[in-house]
Amino acid sequence: MTETIPEEKPAQIEALSLVPKAEAKQSMKDFKSDQEVRWCPGCGDYAVLAAVQGFMPELGLAKENIVFVSGIGCSSRFPYYMNTYGMHSIHGRAPAIATGLASSRRDLSVWVVTGDGDALSIGGNHLIHALRRNVNLKILLFNNRIYGLTKGQYSPTSELGKITKSTPMGSLDAPFNPVSLALGAEASFVARTVDSDRKHLTSVLRAAAAHPGTALVEIYQNCNIFNDGAFEVLKDKDQALEAVIRLEHGEPIRFGAPAPDGLGSKGVVRDPATGDLKVIDVLEEGTDGVLVHDAHAASPTTAFALSRLADPETLHRTPIGVLRNVERPVYDTLMSDQLDSAVEQKGKGDLAALLAGNDTWTVVG
Amino acid sequence: MTSQVSSPAEKTDGALVGEQRAPGDGGEGKEVRRLDRVIIRFAGDSGDGMQLTGDRFTSETASFGNDLSTLPNFPAEIRAPAGTLPGVSSFQLHFADHDILTPGDAPNVLVAMNPAALKANIGDVPRGAEIIVNTDEFTKRPMAKVGYATSPLEDGSLEAYNVHPVPLTTLTIEALKEFGLSRKEAERSKNMFALGLLSWMYHRPTEGTEKFLRAKFAKKPDIAEANVTAFRAGWNFGETTEDFATSYEVAPATKAFPTGTYRNISGNLALSYGLVAASKQADLPLYLGSYPITPASDILHELSKHKNFGVRTFQAEDEIAGIGAALGAAFGGSLAVTTTSGPGVALKSETIGLAVSLELPLLIVDIQRGGPSTGLPTKTEQADLLQAMYGRNGEAPVPIVAPKTPADCFDAALDAARIALTYRTPVFLLSDGYLANGSEPWRIPEVDELPDLRVQFASGPNHELADGTEAFWPYKRDERTLARPWAIPGTPGLEHRIGGIEKQDGTGNISYDPANHDFMVRTRQAKIDGIEVPDLEVDDLSGEANTLVVGWGSTYGPITAAVRRVRGAGERIAQVHLRHLNPFPRNLGEVLRRYDKVVVPEMNLGQLSTLLRAKYLVDARSHTQVSGMPFKAEQLAEVLKEAIND
Repeated sequence: MTETIPEEKPAQIEALSLVPKAEAKQSMKDFKSDQEVRWCPGCGDYAVLAAVQGFMPELGLAKENIVFVSGIGCSSRFPYYMNTYGMHSIHGRAPAIATGLASSRRDLSVWVVTGDGDALSIGGNHLIHALRRNVNLKILLFNNRIYGLTKGQYSPTSELGKITKSTPMGSLDAPFNPVSLALGAEASFVARTVDSDRKHLTSVLRAAAAHPGTALVEIYQNCNIFNDGAFEVLKDKDQALEAVIRLEHGEPIRFGAPAPDGLGSKGVVRDPATGDLKVIDVLEEGTDGVLVHDAHAASPTTAFALSRLADPETLHRTPIGVLRNVERPVYDTLMSDQLDSAVEQKGKGDLAALLAGNDTWTVVG
Repeated sequence: MTSQVSSPAEKTDGALVGEQRAPGDGGEGKEVRRLDRVIIRFAGDSGDGMQLTGDRFTSETASFGNDLSTLPNFPAEIRAPAGTLPGVSSFQLHFADHDILTPGDAPNVLVAMNPAALKANIGDVPRGAEIIVNTDEFTKRPMAKVGYATSPLEDGSLEAYNVHPVPLTTLTIEALKEFGLSRKEAERSKNMFALGLLSWMYHRPTEGTEKFLRAKFAKKPDIAEANVTAFRAGWNFGETTEDFATSYEVAPATKAFPTGTYRNISGNLALSYGLVAASKQADLPLYLGSYPITPASDILHELSKHKNFGVRTFQAEDEIAGIGAALGAAFGGSLAVTTTSGPGVALKSETIGLAVSLELPLLIVDIQRGGPSTGLPTKTEQADLLQAMYGRNGEAPVPIVAPKTPADCFDAALDAARIALTYRTPVFLLSDGYLANGSEPWRIPEVDELPDLRVQFASGPNHELADGTEAFWPYKRDERTLARPWAIPGTPGLEHRIGGIEKQDGTGNISYDPANHDFMVRTRQAKIDGIEVPDLEVDDLSGEANTLVVGWGSTYGPITAAVRRVRGAGERIAQVHLRHLNPFPRNLGEVLRRYDKVVVPEMNLGQLSTLLRAKYLVDARSHTQVSGMPFKAEQLAEVLKEAIND
């Protein structure tokens, strides 16, 4: 079984074509605000902030045309540390606020910074609707599987049975898988990365920035105070071999200890009996049926199946990378097009004519 | 319902309705009488098209040049069970040859399309009034459904009225028999037959309705012609049948209106136009973030039609996202609006608080309806005043503007935009269901007489640091207005961060300093308290009144009509009406103290009177009604008389 996967497109940043470019070359320093960073020492947020500040110059955008909007939570302090325009809003509402901004200002590059509680609990409704609309937003979802700012209650991504201050006998609710959720919400771009892997994180940011429409990037982020080591299995070199499935567009989906061909000894194949995905040992079963990752597949079903490989308890077989990256109409472009076609059809609005309407009478003094 | 203050020369609104002025010529063998004003109520099933019928009669009346005021009244259910009392929908129209203020207390003519409509409305109809009933519906089952054991048309219970029994359904079907429509299809035009009959009775022009029907059913020319035919048949029926011996003329209200070009307009339409005009006058794109809710949705519908004005309308996933998107657009430099009703305001409260903290311009349009909770979605109330005033956590003052008549919604929207843009603040625009759906003639303003609302975005540094370098401080205020600069993304050098956490005065950086918080809370309050609003003009003709009536919002019409009645009866009374509820006009306290007695009629349980008592320590007497319907002028006049003579 062979699949032909289209080549990755050149890094043409179509999504940002209306955003003015920086006049001079930028450095990471240009994106650091004068505010003291106040996260706990050792927090994973520092790594993400550094990665974003380090990546921004690569985009070469006028920094006054970049806006970071956040909700509430530890990660939502992010905008204060970026020397761009920013708004630290209220709990869960950042995607809604950013939608208003992005859909009224297509000359801006709008980023949303949110957390697992902010995006998936109190703001779940706004997240799914932003994804379905495909507004030109880049959403960075910092997932630490815990409520940090309120000091350690379980979150909607915490594993079932989690013992926290609010769940001394264990949590009762099954967690969300944010990637599965986003795919189910018609997302056109869904990726997952890890705070400590700067190279991978940056590559995902690059792909997200280039995507026209809503890009959801789930970033596994360590809370060293309330949920330390939550992603250790993905970070420890030996364990990661088994736990992490690195997805690269156009590459076979292989992971595990290296096989003689240099790739992982495990492969993801489609189970002909069920149509679902399963993991095989390529040393025993060969590489013929191993899927080649296609982030641009029109149907989200394989991406969804990939997202379900991860065990929510152990995080084994967690896919990272860009799961889905497809083009579909962008909300703010459509909105703007409607304004243009209204002018074409009816002419530019004439206030006097509007107020007068069609049915008037005159009173003469 | 022109917004004029009454003068002694004007007749009171309490003149006898149906008063005969000059017997007209009885051309064609029929008598024509002149009336100075008439109140008609069309009533039928929710599916009978009563609102459309009322709208058409209103349009004809407006183009004829009468002053008018309307009161649509319908259930929240789209189609309640046919023939039941809860399913009755009605439309009341008051039109006159002079300046009038309300849709009228009681109809002179009731059109009842079925037994339920008769039963639901007969209590409001004074003896001697005319009742036109569709006799075809007065059969056993429909009558039994509403508890008529015997036919009210035959058992003498309507003897005190002038009843016209008309087989509307049969006549309509008969008139349309050549169209080859099914009985059911043909029956649907019976409202147009009734409209034709009433149009004949009151000498209304007909071209407008015929044009309207042909446009409405442009894709179904058969149906268009059937409706036009039914409409004409109704007219001809009036002219030929002996039962209708008299028709009536109500002359145009030429003296009631200042010179100008007029149209008829409802509150929600006027408000929508006000928003488009504000956007134009501010030279800012309009952005509406909204979620459908009765009775505010018409504004979303209307603004959605005007994309060629650069208007962006965003139907959000919920009320919170509606205001959230608007706030995001405000940050980006749009004139941002969210429209809703009371339950939606409850959901938006946290974002309104954020807007207070961010100090960005934002209009929150609340078309109030009966509450609490879902309450009475299609009925009117003024019970969101304290919600608008105080309904947020922390000290979060928000200015409040309230229109007083349907047409005034236009000016109120411009005024609310002025305050929002000048002071960089969210502003409440408190309309209500009565204003939203009611209509009246409106003198169309010239575009060049509209206020200039242009703003200056920040374009460069506004502060010099100790070391001499220049900086941009997002919370450095204008000394006069206390407004902070509006620096929109895309402006180089002014990159800054704002948020809902308390911020340091000037820099806007996060600050938990106790003294700074105290200062910021007081400064935000001082900014709202310092908003410039015009002083109240007291309507006190004699200058000797000892009683003052204070109103706000949509009670203007009924209160002013009641004041005219009281004065017509030789009593003295002073009147003020508040457009600005926060801040109050500067001279309000002084005005209140000038009078021995202060009466405050409201469609709530005394919210304005609570504010007046708290702020000015005056013994404001609250008169309240929360029936979902506007005050009746006659009842209100009695209340005022009692207060005067107390």
